[in-house]
Amino acid sequence: MKSKSTAKESTTIPPIKPSKLLTDPQRVEMFRYMLQAREFDLAMQRLNRQGRAFGGVYSQTGNEASSVGSAYALGNKDVLFPMHRNIGGHFVFGQDLNTLMLAFLAREGSLMRGTDGTGHYADIGRRIYGNISHLGAMIPVAAGFVLASKMRGETIVSMTYIGDGGSQTGEFHEGVNFASVQKLPLVLIIENNQYAYSSPNSVEFACEKLSDRALGYGCFGETIDGTDIELVYETCVRAVERARKGEGPSLIETNTMRMRGHAEHDDFSYVPKEQLEYWQKRDPIDRYQSFLLSKKILSADDVTAIRTKLIEEIRAAIDYAIELPFPSAEEGFKNIFVD
Amino acid sequence: MPQLTYLEAIADALRTEMRRDERVFLLGEDIATYGGAFKLTKNFHEEFGRKRVLDCPISESAIVGAAIGAALNGMRPVAEMQFMDFVTCGFNQIVNVAATTAYRWGIGVPIVVRGPSGGGVGANPFHSRNSEAWFAHASGVKVVCPAFPADAKGLMTASIRDNNPVVFYEHKGLYRKIKEEVPEGEYSIPLGKANVVREGKNGTIVAYGSAVHFALAAAEELSKEGASVEVIDIRTLVPFDQETVLASARKTNRVLIAHEASLTAGFGGEIAARIAEHAFEYLDAPIMRVAAYDAPTPFAPTLEKAVLPNAEKVLSAMRKLLTY
Repeated sequence: MKSKSTAKESTTIPPIKPSKLLTDPQRVEMFRYMLQAREFDLAMQRLNRQGRAFGGVYSQTGNEASSVGSAYALGNKDVLFPMHRNIGGHFVFGQDLNTLMLAFLAREGSLMRGTDGTGHYADIGRRIYGNISHLGAMIPVAAGFVLASKMRGETIVSMTYIGDGGSQTGEFHEGVNFASVQKLPLVLIIENNQYAYSSPNSVEFACEKLSDRALGYGCFGETIDGTDIELVYETCVRAVERARKGEGPSLIETNTMRMRGHAEHDDFSYVPKEQLEYWQKRDPIDRYQSFLLSKKILSADDVTAIRTKLIEEIRAAIDYAIELPFPSAEEGFKNIFVD
Repeated sequence: MPQLTYLEAIADALRTEMRRDERVFLLGEDIATYGGAFKLTKNFHEEFGRKRVLDCPISESAIVGAAIGAALNGMRPVAEMQFMDFVTCGFNQIVNVAATTAYRWGIGVPIVVRGPSGGGVGANPFHSRNSEAWFAHASGVKVVCPAFPADAKGLMTASIRDNNPVVFYEHKGLYRKIKEEVPEGEYSIPLGKANVVREGKNGTIVAYGSAVHFALAAAEELSKEGASVEVIDIRTLVPFDQETVLASARKTNRVLIAHEASLTAGFGGEIAARIAEHAFEYLDAPIMRVAAYDAPTPFAPTLEKAVLPNAEKVLSAMRKLLTY
């Protein structure tokens, strides 16, 4: 599949090709994580419109298969360096709704104590290391994390993310080159969601596929349909296996679509309507739901039940978090340094 | 105690800490086989192996970033900038990732970013810079600028053992110029403790790095003229030992601040402001500063001498201050 998909290209939606690596309970679990990310996202959008969420709200919609399918390929000692549109990965790594909602709303006792927000959530105990706003900065850090474990003879894998915009930074280049030279167990997911803020791919890069760069680094690269979660999962399982065997990093470009603006303040009027329609038909959750229904892995009632339960849980998390106060002012003066 | 140069003392600290703690490792450009541009890590790879003395591509962001990642995973990396000038290429990693991690995540990033800084050796604008004040302004980074071999060893040991990011400015002009007795084995000096290197009562020169030596030369000259000048080496910019500086200002009533970095927005301005805020009523004269002219450090010897501070410039300024 080409990276720069437009409405002019294939009009038929390719069916999900079942992966031999997945069991049905795993399929249901992945579907649930995607739905959880979607419903969480919709809830944040509503809170933003109601003026109850502040700061940037960065939609995940369209990115669920890429985020969940990739993180799901990791093992229980591996580490995740997600970006701001990877809430799905947080759920895969066991994050609970209350903790995440507290952090999004920057309430007292939340992750990061209200010192940072906007999707930068880290939860060290869950092996989740958040990003910063400077795109590409966490690639060398994710590489260094597994440089350390490799020195100790451990075989953990580090997975991190970048976009079609962030892959134009110097730190992308330095980080991927360093990881390739050291043959580090790093999997870098390049989520090509077609827009870097308002800039289309044509403003950002001139190569056909971002994964083609792998040739220049001497690592593995592949571009895939990022709305097919089984394809994302299977591709990432192979990347993780290569990493564990000491074969070095992989660049996995997942083609997706950012279905809303850069953040909720952005009306994304610069996105052609036809392009949104093209990708709407490829909605990662709709596609997987159709697959699960057609294979009778889930019934329509099952889907409704899962969705209803998730919506209730998210509502409960909002009710829990929103009643709590903001952190007290003295938190702002703490932890500049640790002892 | 052995007599060591400033460079040997730093190497001694690195070697001692690497023997003591297997989490300590070095990464940088040309540091293993070649032993570093100044040969500071010469033969290190033979004792510690190439994994712990890691030759890296010319990628300062990757070097500092990988150090941060390794620190998050239990190691205590020491990253070398071949020249401290090139820390600009790793600036983002230091000020945005390392400096904010304790605040945001509540965990330390125990890295040391070290390298040769400073001018006076006929390098050029890109091999001479004193950029320590940039990091003092970053919030979340400790900044160390030793002036003597024993201090360099003790402060390097403390920097490696510190749980926070440290930028460690070595002065390349001092590397082989000065030698003194340096304690053997493990030797640590706490960060944030200034040192009164010469006691006096008529005036104080507050300095760090190469400027401490300018200050000592000026104080020696002034003593022949009957003036008793105190010299304080602050040793670390962050943490800053305000109390030692204020105590001296209150005692001598006249303060000159000297550093090799350029004047405007240099750390001397911060020191002056602290004295003005907390010891104004003790001062008999305005606080003065001697620093580099606000220009890139030029190449030709005549130009470099004109732009950078030296002992004569400190002496001349101190004479003015003492007779104000």
